[in-house]
Order: sequence, then structure tokens, then C-alpha cells
Amino acid sequence: MAQIKLEYFGEKFNRLQSLDQDAFLTNFRKEAFETFNNKGLPTIKNEEWKYSGALVSNLFKQEYQLPGDAKQLSVSAADIDEMRLPGFERANELIFVNGKFVSELSTIRSSEEQLVVMPLEEAENSSYKKIVKEHLGKSNIFINDGIYSLNTSFIFGGVFIFVKRKQEVNNPVYLYHISDARDNHILAQPRSLVFVDERSKVQVVESYKTIGSMDSFTNEVVEIVVNTDAILEYYKIQNDRISASQVSTTHIRQIGKSFVHTLVLSLNGGIIRNNTNIIMEAEGNEAHMYGLYLLKGKTHVDNHTLVDNKMPNCFSNELYKGVIDGSATGVFSGKIYVRPDAQKTNAYQSNNNILLSDNASVNSKPQLEIYADDVKCSHGCTVGRLDEEALFYLRARGISKEQAQAMLLQAFASNIVEQIKIEALREYAEELITARLSEVNREE
Amino acid sequence: MLSIKNLHASVEGTEILKGINLQVNTGEVHAIMGPNGSGKSTLASVLAGREDYEVTEGSVEFDGKNMLELSPEDRAREGLFLAFQYPVEIPGVSTNNFIKTALNEKRKYHGQPPLDAVSFMKLMKEKIKLVEIDKSLLTRSINEGFSGGEKKKNEIFQMAMLEPKLTILDETDSGLDIDALRIVASGVNKLRNENRSIIVITHYQRLLDYLQPDFVHVLLNGKIVRNGTKELALELEERGYDFIKEEINETSTI
Repeated sequence: MAQIKLEYFGEKFNRLQSLDQDAFLTNFRKEAFETFNNKGLPTIKNEEWKYSGALVSNLFKQEYQLPGDAKQLSVSAADIDEMRLPGFERANELIFVNGKFVSELSTIRSSEEQLVVMPLEEAENSSYKKIVKEHLGKSNIFINDGIYSLNTSFIFGGVFIFVKRKQEVNNPVYLYHISDARDNHILAQPRSLVFVDERSKVQVVESYKTIGSMDSFTNEVVEIVVNTDAILEYYKIQNDRISASQVSTTHIRQIGKSFVHTLVLSLNGGIIRNNTNIIMEAEGNEAHMYGLYLLKGKTHVDNHTLVDNKMPNCFSNELYKGVIDGSATGVFSGKIYVRPDAQKTNAYQSNNNILLSDNASVNSKPQLEIYADDVKCSHGCTVGRLDEEALFYLRARGISKEQAQAMLLQAFASNIVEQIKIEALREYAEELITARLSEVNREE
Repeated sequence: MLSIKNLHASVEGTEILKGINLQVNTGEVHAIMGPNGSGKSTLASVLAGREDYEVTEGSVEFDGKNMLELSPEDRAREGLFLAFQYPVEIPGVSTNNFIKTALNEKRKYHGQPPLDAVSFMKLMKEKIKLVEIDKSLLTRSINEGFSGGEKKKNEIFQMAMLEPKLTILDETDSGLDIDALRIVASGVNKLRNENRSIIVITHYQRLLDYLQPDFVHVLLNGKIVRNGTKELALELEERGYDFIKEEINETSTI
């Protein structure tokens, strides 16, 4: 099947521009669309897309319904119930349908004193307009590729989340992304801007669900700005169907001395690319990044991470782990930049993989680029099979091979899962992982 | 209990065991001694079912069953226990949970219901006293960061919990100081009874001083070349293995 022509997006783009004539956003989209036209879709010639460019590009061999194609929403409360994550009773639940934030379906449980949630278009004309204009799209200098620009070209129905100064938001913010693919293939391009103000704390959780038998492709950009003495926890859970693919960019800027904790859990899906970027723009920042991917079938998960140390005395620790079965593929590419001003940087990175089948594969590429001389940095990766000695030890005590494998794999995954600090969510993740790892064994 | 006949085994094409014959009856303690590279640990591994070893000839009968046909886990469930020379560290799997799983798998195999948490704790308490193991070790990951002595005690603790019919102690004395050796040996002695057989694999006399084996066998170059009682071990301690090697050479030249 031939690639769809980029003019296809031109028509959609023009329709969206006439539909929503907000001056700031139309200009913003226009610039991005020019970039998209110049850069086009990712190819394997681009080093950053070496292992996923062709796969993602292939997703454009069919036509999608875009958010600009206005259509009555047909997502019901029951559809939402199905994807609710444990702990929802006390969470702020933000519903996105086909990439568009739907406030009527969403529930905000935190008080307005703590948390402001509003459509991006509204925020841009509100008392928060300065913040929106200053921070929206700041990630483009780091991710200068066509697929990112495509999201920006179609900014429509995004959300603005503001965590107020000195507020510890006890109700986590759950973002549910629903793709209603009952009648059409869906290209959902959610866009979020989150501002975590001084001395506040917030937990953000994203999850995805495709309804219907057609394909969904979620091309998401989340920009999070973390101010001085603020704490951000960010979790992404990918457990959608094989017909659901995504390119998902989370771009976090620590503009004041602050603390960030991220975790990406990938269990099911088609082709998944996650960009998780942390930009250390202030002295003394601290960031912890975790990832766990348990893959089977033909799922492809590519985690690209970036820690950009621009200022001195920052600390980052990164641990990504994968268990890959079937003919699934995993990719890890982690970059740590230490710029000339970033003396006394401590930056660590590690990626460990276990391959369970002969057709499973992984490409791991840890990278350090250091331009300062007084730093402590390390990186490393491992790819291997289950430890035969450990397996024999367990079996020699009467534990079956299958169960011994499951025990070892769970042990491998456990130090990532325990980094989920929302208890209900951690228990849920543990259940999913236990089920998955015993399923791995049954298939053998 | 255990009957090994003309057992040959090789690893990656090299024959290590070259016709082992050994009969262990219920309640007996047998010591297998021999210099490095004589095949002692290979014998332990073959009996436990390690898959790197290929049995090329001979038979092993355990309690009337053809043991070579059983998977490692089924051998354990039938009542075989190998105390490892180098117990493996397994980060992320708690010792408690591991032993509970092992015990219940064995019970399931014998058609017994799983032990509930209370009975399991009770059993643990009883066995902890028996082998003098620090109970805080049991809440930690299997052998992770344990000292050499703690690892060996943990092996004996597992033996106490699983109550095997036949135990193989594979150089359990290696790397132990005198105090740890005494504790480990006294743990084994407490577990010893007329229904339980033990095979002790060792280089040295010192563990045998505590365990007082009924029979001593000398393994040399993949074969048992000498059978005797505990006096044989004392003689070996005094004279080394060379005198046996010389005797064999003399016999073969005649």
C-alpha cells in the first residue's frame, strides 16, 4: 500500500484552521505545519528513528479520521468505566476522546484552590495566557521532527493543567485517552500543558484505550513545567490492543530546583514510541526515570529518553527493564547530555533486558555526551536470557520450571513496579504483570 | 533408597563419570571423598538433574523409581535434596516465599493441601531453632548479600523445612570457619534419623568428624576406587590420595 500523500493532511489542516480561528493557535499551528511539510514522516535514515521510523511511517499508509473532522461523540459512561484505573474514586479524571479533551465527561475532584483544569483554547485567553504563551511548544527545540510537528499542527481541544503554588494535590490526575475506532481509523493527537507551580506536588497518570475494531494511532505531546521546590510524579500505562499504536512525547522542564519521578509501563499495543525528556534548567534538580516493558506477539516498544543537564549540581537516575517474548521488539535509546555549565552532575542510566524467545529482539543504546569535566556519570545495558543457575536452584527445591521462570521474571520486574507510588495503581500493575508473566509460561 | 549402577556421564562430550556403582540404604550416611576434578560435584549435579550433564550409560533408582527420567523438580518432590556447594543469590525473590512455594509444590505432588500461613510460620519457627539461622535472613531475597556461612545455613534450613529422604551435601564445608562448620554440622545431625539418608561430598575430614559417616567411598577419575568405613577417611587425612593412586597404578601394571 502506498504512503498517503501529505496533501491529505493539508486539507485537514485548512479545515481545522477555518474551524478554530484563535489568532495565537492558528499561527502556532501554521509554523508547525510548515515544519511537518519540510520534515515529513520519520525515516530510518534519522538516527533517532533508526529502529522505529519505518514502522511508524507505515502507519501512514491508511487514512485516519482527525479531530478536526467534527463528529458527534458517541463514547458512553460505560466505555469510560471500562478503562477506569484503580484509585479513580479519589482521582481527577480527565477524559480525552480521539485526542480531544472532553470536560463534560471529566470529573475534577480537587478544589479550585489547588488545581485548575481547562481547555487549552480557553486557558490561552484566560488569566493564564502568559503561562500558556510562554511554555506551550517549548519542547520543539528538542524534538525537531515531523511527527512531533504534526501534533502541533493539529493542536485542537488540548488541556491546560495548573497546579497552584504551595498546594499538595492529594487527588492524582488521571488522563484517559479513548480512541473511538468503531467506524474509522483514528488519529488522535492529544496535547497537554501542565504547570506545576512552586512548592506544590502532583501525580499524573496516563492510560489509553481503543474501542472498536479499526486502528488507532495516538500522536501525543505532553509538556510539563516544574517550578522551584515542586514535586512531579508522572506515570504512563500502555496496555491497549495490538491495533493501537502511538508516538508519545513527554517533555518535562525543571525550571526551578525540583523533583521529578517518571515511570512508563508498556504491556500491550502495536507500535509504540515513547520520548521521555527531562530538561534540567535549574541548579540542583533531581530526576528519577523508570521504565518496564513486557512484550509479546508483534508488539514493538521504543523508549527514547533524554536527560539534558544544563545547570550544575543536578542528579538523575534512570532504570529501564524489558522482558521480550514472541517476535516482539524492544528499543532503548537513552541520552544524557552534560553541558559545559553543568559541573557536579550526577547522572546514571541502566537498561536491562531478558529475551524469552529466539524471535524476540532488543536494541539498546545508552549514550553519554559530556562537555563538563567535574561530573559523575555512568551508563550500561545488558541483554540476556534467564539465569540458568537461578532457575536450576529453584527447580532443585521442587518448584516447576514454569513457576520458577515466573518467579524470576517477577523478581526482575519488581524493583520497577515498586516505584509506582500510588498504592492502588501499584497493586493493579502487580496484578497485570503477574498475569502476564504466568501467561508467558503457558504459551511455551 | 538409592541405587546407582554403572553410571556414566559427560559434559560437552567429555566423560566425567566412568561407571559409578553406589548403594545407599535408608538411614545410612555415606561420605564421598576425592581430590579436585575426580567427579564428586558432577555426581551431585547428575543426581539432582542438572541439564548440562548427559547420562550416557547406567541407571539410578531412587525409592524404586527410575530417577533419570524425572525432572529436577520431580526429583526434589520425591524427596531428594541437594545442598549446593555455591548457593545462588536470587535478588527479588524472598526466602520465605520461596520456601513456602517449594514446600507447597511438594505437598501438592503428594496430594496434600497447601500449608496455611499460620502452620507455615509455626513450622518455620521450629526449624529456625533447629539450625540456628538468623530469622531476619529469611525475609531477605534468597542468599542476597549473605555471608558464606549464612548461605550454607540457609541450605540446611531448607533441608529442615523440606524434610527430604535423601540429602546430598555438596562440599557444604567449603568456605566455612570452624564455628559455622560446627553449627551446620550440628544442624545436619539433628535432622539425621533412621528414615533419612545422607551423602556427604567433601575433600576434608573435618566435616566427617562431626557427622561420623557409616561408609566412606573414594572417587578418583570418575570411578569409586575404594570403599570403607570412617577409618578410611582418617587414613586419607593422614596420607593424602596419593597412596590410593599408587596402589591403583600398581594393580593396573600387574
